[in-house]
Amino acid sequence: MPITQTEVEKIAELANLELTPEEKDSFSLQLAAIIDYIDQLNEVDTSQTKAWQQRSAGDAIISAVTRNDDAAPSLGAERALENAPDPDEGHFRVPRVIGG
Amino acid sequence: MKEGWEAVIGLEVHAQLRTESKIFCGCSTAFGDEPNANTCPVCLGLPGALPVLNRRVVEYAAQAALALGLRINTESIFSRKNYFYPDLPKGYQISQYDRPFSEHGAVEAPTTERDEAGHPQEWRLKHFGITRAHIEEDAGKSVHDIGDPGKSYVNLNRSGTPLLEIVSEPDFRSSWEAYDYVGFLRRTLQYIGVCDGNMEEGSLRCDANVSVRRTGAEKFGTKAEIKNLNSLRFLQRAIDYEIDRQIALIEAGGEVVQETRLWNEREAKTYSMRSKEDAHDYRYFPEPDLPPLEVAAEWVETVRAGLPELPEARRRRFIGEYGLSVDDAFTLTGQRELADYYEAVVKASGNSRAAANWVLSELLRELKSGGIDITGSKVRAEHLGALIKLIEDSTISGKIAKDVFADMVATGKAPEEIVREKGLVQITDLGAIEKIVAEVIAANPKQLEAYRAGKTALLGFFVGQVMKASGGKANPQAVNEILKAHLEAEGR
Repeated sequence: MPITQTEVEKIAELANLELTPEEKDSFSLQLAAIIDYIDQLNEVDTSQTKAWQQRSAGDAIISAVTRNDDAAPSLGAERALENAPDPDEGHFRVPRVIGG
Repeated sequence: MKEGWEAVIGLEVHAQLRTESKIFCGCSTAFGDEPNANTCPVCLGLPGALPVLNRRVVEYAAQAALALGLRINTESIFSRKNYFYPDLPKGYQISQYDRPFSEHGAVEAPTTERDEAGHPQEWRLKHFGITRAHIEEDAGKSVHDIGDPGKSYVNLNRSGTPLLEIVSEPDFRSSWEAYDYVGFLRRTLQYIGVCDGNMEEGSLRCDANVSVRRTGAEKFGTKAEIKNLNSLRFLQRAIDYEIDRQIALIEAGGEVVQETRLWNEREAKTYSMRSKEDAHDYRYFPEPDLPPLEVAAEWVETVRAGLPELPEARRRRFIGEYGLSVDDAFTLTGQRELADYYEAVVKASGNSRAAANWVLSELLRELKSGGIDITGSKVRAEHLGALIKLIEDSTISGKIAKDVFADMVATGKAPEEIVREKGLVQITDLGAIEKIVAEVIAANPKQLEAYRAGKTALLGFFVGQVMKASGGKANPQAVNEILKAHLEAEGR
């Protein structure tokens, strides 16, 4: 399945990427190849297949793995901000955004 | 609303579920802690960290869903909602999309229009459809008013707080309907104890989708979504503003643009967020780090059986069983603890009307002036019930009862104890009352003469004097009768 230049541009925008014209060309080919590869899965009949095959057994309430509602120690502000590029006043400082 | 127009409103309510820890990690959900203190690799979105679902979130979500008449899906799927924002560290929010936790609900909520002063007109019950309620995580908080004004500051303590997003059908035709519905949701969630309902702290947030159309038109108009509505009053005002804005725009030949708008309370206006709408492509896909959420039907029934009586049902029962007015029943069922208290007073006193009067006027006034709520009341329900009994069996007068009540508020003592200690038992001994009456009449010859000359309104004066002479303890009814007999008999 071919991927158009416009589609590449849209995906780049959604991913916050700036691409050169050469990159757009090469990614359009590469994305098409990836999708073709994945498309092979369509040959398999998955109508009877569950989205998730692995189950934890013996739990009447919720079959998924869950945890109890117990608060555990957190990292703390200092460690949480340790790798932040621009921390200030105990917060992650970022370019100004408006709204919420 | 302007003649010839109709508003169509849908609401999305985000209710924070009242858990101790976050939805996918053990960090505390406490409000107001040091910024970024309650964070860990999972809610910071660090690479390799994996989410594990908090089971209480599922329990609370199930209680809320059932209380709102929703059907719980035996299997629901978590999905990633992808977008970039500084307060969303992973670059996606774990939410639910095409297979939500619950669907197809509805509530019957009391609603009314209000006049300019905000006074209710006529209450009626209206059916509001609820499309779905799904489980998701909250984002962090962006702060714009500290430090460098050219920057934003991100606090991730809220990141990963469990939310239930409750999406309504577009069933609202006025801002007051929206106001009453959200108030109803809030009371219900508080009642069953799954959300504290604190809108100021953001525990309950609301977005409104608003569009207008000409009366009779079938097609919906283009809608605008208003965000940032953190009080019921803001919600109501923002919707009214938006309705007027859209009508004026269309009548002037313009067109409503589908967009997100923000309510600015200070200016009482909504503003366009001017975001690039085409960027709103969330590319939902199933969350590979979380298995589908399976819920057993028997478990759902256990949750249903464990739900308390809901406020609306209780309100109707209070009207039917206790003969209360709609307004009184509304107030008394507004808070679960208050309704429980009232019923305990009814049980102890055997008088539902008197219990309502005492709770609604005396007790609530005291609590309000003391700045406490019913759970902090020093006056125990059994004691208030006993006080009502003391009035009914004429041990004390209604007037003395108010003094006793004031003592109960101050000391928390039982009314019988206060009455005994202070010697407040009502004088019902007719002989004793006659004696006081005779003394009072003898001491007020001028008034007696005037009464006999036809100024019968002076009876009140005499009653007052007798009550005063008895220290307020004489039975007022007996005083009245004896006084009348004396005043009139001696006049002849």
